[in-house]
Amino acid sequence: MSEKSWKEIPIGGKILEAGNAREYKTGGWKTFRPEIDRSECINCLFCWLYCPDMAVTHDPVKNETAVNYEYCKGCGICEQVCPKKCIKMVKEER
Amino acid sequence: MMSKQKITALAGTGAASEAMRQINPDVVAAYPITPQTEIVMKFSEFVGDGKVDTEMIPVESEHSAMSACVGASAAGARTMTATSANGLALMWEIVYIAASQRLPIVMPVVNRALSGPINIHCDHSDTMGTRESGWIQIYCENGQEVYDNVICAIRIAENKKVLLPVMVMQDGFITSHALERVSINEDADVRKFVGEYKPEFPLLDIDKPVTYGPLDLFDYYFEHKRQQSDALTRVPKVIDEVYAEYKKLSGREYRRIETYKADGAELAVIALNSTVGTAKDVVDELREKGVKAGVVFPRMIRPFPGEELGEILSKFKAVAVLDRSESFSSQGGPLFCEVKAALYETNPRPLMMNGIYGLGGREINPEQIMGVFDDLGKAAKAGKIAEKVKYIGVRD
Ligand code: SF4
Ligand code: SF4
Repeated sequence: MSEKSWKEIPIGGKILEAGNAREYKTGGWKTFRPEIDRSECINCLFCWLYCPDMAVTHDPVKNETAVNYEYCKGCGICEQVCPKKCIKMVKEER
Repeated sequence: MMSKQKITALAGTGAASEAMRQINPDVVAAYPITPQTEIVMKFSEFVGDGKVDTEMIPVESEHSAMSACVGASAAGARTMTATSANGLALMWEIVYIAASQRLPIVMPVVNRALSGPINIHCDHSDTMGTRESGWIQIYCENGQEVYDNVICAIRIAENKKVLLPVMVMQDGFITSHALERVSINEDADVRKFVGEYKPEFPLLDIDKPVTYGPLDLFDYYFEHKRQQSDALTRVPKVIDEVYAEYKKLSGREYRRIETYKADGAELAVIALNSTVGTAKDVVDELREKGVKAGVVFPRMIRPFPGEELGEILSKFKAVAVLDRSESFSSQGGPLFCEVKAALYETNPRPLMMNGIYGLGGREINPEQIMGVFDDLGKAAKAGKIAEKVKYIGVRD
């Protein structure tokens, strides 16, 4: 988030544009990140279905399942449900 | 051009409701409380009789009254309410929210002692407590001042450089329930003076969606508070402009700090609201006896006119601040503490004493104020104050 001075922001704590929650990335607090081993993945979309944050994406053209780390919280549910056991939770390095 | 004046007999409450009738606000949400009740009672008659176009929201408490005002004002409505004492205390949480969301709500307040013990009569403990809420505070000596200042308050609050809510004070019963001569402007002239309200960020403007009241943590809360204090620094100039314009309309002149016979005075009393009138009478008497006495009435308490007050007071030998409330700071009443703080930079500094008086509506009479000037005279002669904080009119 770019931190603005008090002279640059709307008064009264108001937010003057709609849909701005999109700009708010919430994936910053995870301790472990899920990594998909694509050579094993069968694109069954179990992880996509179970992810409580809709942080798993699927590209229908390439038929490729991936994780959007800007929103993934690192809960590990995808790892648990993957029938191929091809998701590994890896320690997040910062 | 000056508005044709009509002289009427109005109580302080009536003066406020008459101003509200002429302002014709979009929304009034209020809850009755003594001694304010008659303001909204009379105003709801205007609503019932079709004399205003206001949407009147009768609510179940003052907390709801101010909440409804916040909603209405955020929606883009010119919004008013009125309250007293415990009512103000009950709306406390939302009073702060109204100011921090920069909503130009105008609220006549009839000063009454806060419970407990329960009491319905005048003192200033209610609004003195809300000095830190971010509202502009204007105090009035009589019904005429109430009428005029409620009208001016709309223009001050809605000024784009300000956008802050305003309280306009009067003394419970002493002013609120005493019939006085009040000079009234023509309806059309007041409507023109307040003008059509063009809200800055109305929620109802669906083409420009805006969010009110989002969570504001350590990253931006401080910046928003800084903006609020900045807005308050712009208030004095705006008030001066509004008063100047209002003088053209009404012929009546107001200042943020009123002074009475202060020129060449050596001893002065600082007071608020109706006590100013009593003090003026005492000063007249003293002046006849050759005592150089004067009165200072800092009508605008928020923002506090510290520097200007310092300039005025530095010319006196001894000054007594009359506080109609206790701050329990052990340093004197709230007004005393603020005035003293304002004087720290002035040179020379007058001797200062504090008179706490009139709590819970206890009468203050001319003899007691005469006694204060007596103390000031002695202090000026001796070069020191005998008793820093004096409780005037309490049984010892
Ligand atoms: S659950 Fe496992 S196999 Fe299925 S799409 Fe996700 S990563 Fe691939
Ligand atoms: S770790 Fe949790 S949040 Fe992240 S992709 Fe897997 S299920 Fe979704």
